[in-house]
Amino acid sequence: MITLHVNGKKQTVDADPDTPLLWVLRDHLGITSVKYTCGIAECGMCTVLIDGEAQRSCVVSVEDAKDTRITTVEGLPGNHPIKMAWIEKQVPQCGYCQPGIMLQATDFLSRNPNPSQAQIDEAMDDVICRCGSHPRIRQAIQLAAKMTEKQGG
Amino acid sequence: MDRNMTRRTFLGKSSLVIAMTALSGHMNLFNASASGPSPDLPFKPHAFLEITTDNTVIVWVGQTNLGQGTHTGIPMIIADELDADWKTIEVRMALAAEPFKDPLWHMQFTGGSTSTRHRWDLLRKTGAAARQMLMEAAADQWGIPAEQCRTEAGSVYHPDGRRLSYGRLAPAAGNHEVPENPTLKDPKDYKIIGTHRDRLDIPDKVMGKTIFGTDFILPDMCIAVVARPRQYGSTPESYDAKAALAIKGVLKVVPLDNKIGICADTTYAAMTGRDALGINWSKGSNPGLDDATLDVLYQEHLQKSGAVAKNTGDITSALAQADQTVESSYKLPHISHAQVEPINCTAHVEKDRCRIWAPTQGQTVIQMVASKITGLPAEKIEVMTLPAGGGFGLRSEPDPVIDAILLSKAMNRPVKVMWTREDDFANDYFRPANHSRIKAGLDKDGRISAWTHKVAAQSIMSRVMPKMVKNNLDQDAVPGTVDMPYTLPNHRVEYVMVKTPVQVGWWRSVGYSINAFIVESFMDELAHAAGADPVQFRMDHMEKDSRAYNILSLAAEKGNWNSPAPQGRARGIAVTACFESFAAHMAEVSVDKNGRITVHKVICALDCGTAVNPSAIQAQAEGGVVMGLSVALYEKVSFANGGVNTANYGNYPVLTMSEVPEIEVHIAKNNLKAGGIGEPVFPSVGPAVANAVFRATGVRLRELPFDQKLLINA
Repeated sequence: MITLHVNGKKQTVDADPDTPLLWVLRDHLGITSVKYTCGIAECGMCTVLIDGEAQRSCVVSVEDAKDTRITTVEGLPGNHPIKMAWIEKQVPQCGYCQPGIMLQATDFLSRNPNPSQAQIDEAMDDVICRCGSHPRIRQAIQLAAKMTEKQGG
Repeated sequence: MDRNMTRRTFLGKSSLVIAMTALSGHMNLFNASASGPSPDLPFKPHAFLEITTDNTVIVWVGQTNLGQGTHTGIPMIIADELDADWKTIEVRMALAAEPFKDPLWHMQFTGGSTSTRHRWDLLRKTGAAARQMLMEAAADQWGIPAEQCRTEAGSVYHPDGRRLSYGRLAPAAGNHEVPENPTLKDPKDYKIIGTHRDRLDIPDKVMGKTIFGTDFILPDMCIAVVARPRQYGSTPESYDAKAALAIKGVLKVVPLDNKIGICADTTYAAMTGRDALGINWSKGSNPGLDDATLDVLYQEHLQKSGAVAKNTGDITSALAQADQTVESSYKLPHISHAQVEPINCTAHVEKDRCRIWAPTQGQTVIQMVASKITGLPAEKIEVMTLPAGGGFGLRSEPDPVIDAILLSKAMNRPVKVMWTREDDFANDYFRPANHSRIKAGLDKDGRISAWTHKVAAQSIMSRVMPKMVKNNLDQDAVPGTVDMPYTLPNHRVEYVMVKTPVQVGWWRSVGYSINAFIVESFMDELAHAAGADPVQFRMDHMEKDSRAYNILSLAAEKGNWNSPAPQGRARGIAVTACFESFAAHMAEVSVDKNGRITVHKVICALDCGTAVNPSAIQAQAEGGVVMGLSVALYEKVSFANGGVNTANYGNYPVLTMSEVPEIEVHIAKNNLKAGGIGEPVFPSVGPAVANAVFRATGVRLRELPFDQKLLINA
C-alpha cells in the first residue's frame, strides 16, 4: 500500500511501487484529466505538479511520488489565473493536451511571473498540441501573468 | 426499426420537441412532443431540438466533438433562427441514429468539413420551425394572428409589449404542426450567427472534466491492450501466455487471428502483460519493404501511363505549340495523423444488445461492423460518441471497435481497448504518399496553354469503398489537380494506382491536403518561368472577382504583397478552393546560411461563406497553419523491415511552440451558404512556405518534408 497526497487529499493505493504515477492516478484514483499519450515523456500530456514542479507522470514511479504533494488540474482552484485565462482566450480545441500544458504553464509562471514571449516559447517548447492551439497558449500565459499580478500573486 | 420506442417514452419532460425522420431518403422535421399531433411513427425519433418548461433549449448533435467548434456552431445556427436566449442553450451528444446521418452522404460521419455545410438549411429550418410554432401558440393564447407577434431572446411578444417565455409556451406549441417551410431569417437579422460565442465545451476541457474515450469508465469494466503485428502480414508464431498471466492484474490472454488481446484490471497491467508475452512474430509478407524500396516503387509507377482523371482540350498539340514548357516532379511521404489521444474504444456485448463508447468519426461504419460481428441487428447496436482528442480522419476507421467487441465477447463484460502510442504509429492509416510529375506549356504571352499532371499514389477508396473505383481511377486521389481554381484551356490529369501493404486513409483535407502542395508550388514555378508576379500570374488565370480571386487578393492585401518584405525575408503565397470554401495563405520566411528556415509570419485569408462563430473559425485557421508548417518542415513516416519504423513522437517530430509564427486570420464577410473550415485552412500553408523559400533563396523545394540541407549557403 502506498499513500499519496493528491490535490490536498490523502489517498492509499495498492499498486506495484514501480508503476508509473500516471497509471495510478488514472486507473486507481480515477483522475482522468492526467492524460496518456506517448508514455516516454515526449509530449507533456501527463504532466502533474509534484511539490509545485511540473513533472511527467508517465516517468515518475508511484514509489517516488509518495511523501510529495501532487496537484492535477482539478487541484487548481476554479478561479486560478491559468484556468480563467485559458477560458478567456478560448485556448482548447480538442482539449486533450491542455491539462498537462496548463500545469506546466502554472509551474513556469510561479518561477517567472512576468515572462517575455521568447521565454514563454522556450518554456513551452517541449509540449505537443496537434490541434495547433499554440498562439492562444501564448496569449493565455501572458494574460494569466497579468491576472496574477493584479491578484497580488 | 424499434416499434416499441415511441415518442412518448423517449421524451421525458420536454415540452416542444422537433425531431427528424429520414423515411425514403427524405429528411422531414416532425413534432415529437409528448402532446403533439404527429402520427405514431414506426421508427425511433431523435430530437434535434427540445424546449423544456424551465426555458432550457437543448440542441442534440450527431457530429463528433473533435474540438472543431461544431458543438457550439450548430446550436448557434438553431438558436439564431429560433430567437433563443443564448444563455439557455445546452448542447448534448446524441446516440448514433438515422436522423443524424449526413443529408447528402446518408451516413453518420464527421469529416470532410461537412458538419455545418451539409446541414446549413436543415439547422436553420429546425430553429425557424420551432419559432413559428411558439408564435402560433402565443397568438392562440392572445387571440391575435401569429403575424402580429414577434420574438426576441427566448420570448414571444404581443404588440402591446406583453410577453410569454418559450418555456411557458412550449407545452401548447407542442400541439402545433411543424411548418414545412418556415420563414428563414434575412441574414441581416442574424443576432447570434456571425458573433463571437465562447465555445460551450471549453469550460469542462479547462477544468479537466471532459471524459474523452480513453477516460471512459464503466463498473465491472476491464482494460485491454492488443499485441498487433509490427510487420505487414506477420502473425504470432509463439508466445508465453503464462508469463503474462503471472503479472498482477492480468485476467486473460485472448488470441484474435493475427493479434493477441491482453485483458487486465488496469492499463499498466495489460501493457506489462503484453510485454511479458515475448511474442515471436513471423517475418511477414514484405520483409524487404522500407523507405528505399517504396521510393523506387513510386518512381517506377510514375513512368507508367495511368487512368485519365481529366482530359480537356488537346494537350499534345498544345504542348507542341507552347512557347516554352516547364516540367517538375514532386515527392510527398506518408504522414501520420499523430492525434494526441491514442485510438481506443469501449464495448459491452450482451445477449440482445451491443453498446459502444468511442471517440469515433464514423458512427454508421461502427454500427455496420458491430452488427456483422455480433449478429445483432443495427438498431441493437448503440453507439455513444465520446469527445475525441483529435482525429483528423483516423477515427473513421473501425479497428479498435472490432478489438473491443471481440474482447468483450471473450470476457463477457465491458472492455476498454487502449492503443499505446507505438500501436498508433504502427497501425495508423497514413496520408498516402504521392509522387507527381507536371508538365505545362506557356504561350508567348506567358499564359498557361497546357497542363498535364500525373499522380502516382495508393488508393484509399479501393479499401474503404471499392465500388467507387472504376477503371483503376480513384477520384479521391486527384482532388486539387482536376478542380484547380484556374481556367486552363488544355488540361490532363492521370492517376497511376500504386499498390503496397501500407495502410492509407483519410487525413485532414484529404486529396487537397496532398495535391495543393504540388499544384500551388508548380504555379509558382510557372510564374517564375513567365517572369510574372506569383499573385498576378494566378489572378490572370482566374475568373475576375470569383471567390478564389477575391480571397487571393485579400491575402495579398493583408500580407502587404505589393510592398517589399522586411530585410532578409521573402514572401510566398498559395490559394485553394475546396470543401465549398476558399483559402489563401501568405508566408513570410527567412533562411539562414545553415539552410534553416524560419517562418516569421503567416497570413490566412478565408472565405467560408457565412462565418458562424468567427473566433472558433479563427482557431481552426490558426491550427491549420501550425499543422501545415509541421507537415512541411518535419513530418514523414519511415518504413523498415516490412513494417512501420516510426514508433513515437521521438522519431516523428511535430512543430512546437518556438517555431509557431505570428498568425493573422482574415475572414471574408458575406452571407453565402456556410462552407467548410477545418479542411480548407490547411492545404495552402505548405506551398506558401515553399514559394517564399524560393523567393528567398532561388531553391525550389519539391519534396516534403523540406530538405533544409538544400538551402545551405543558398
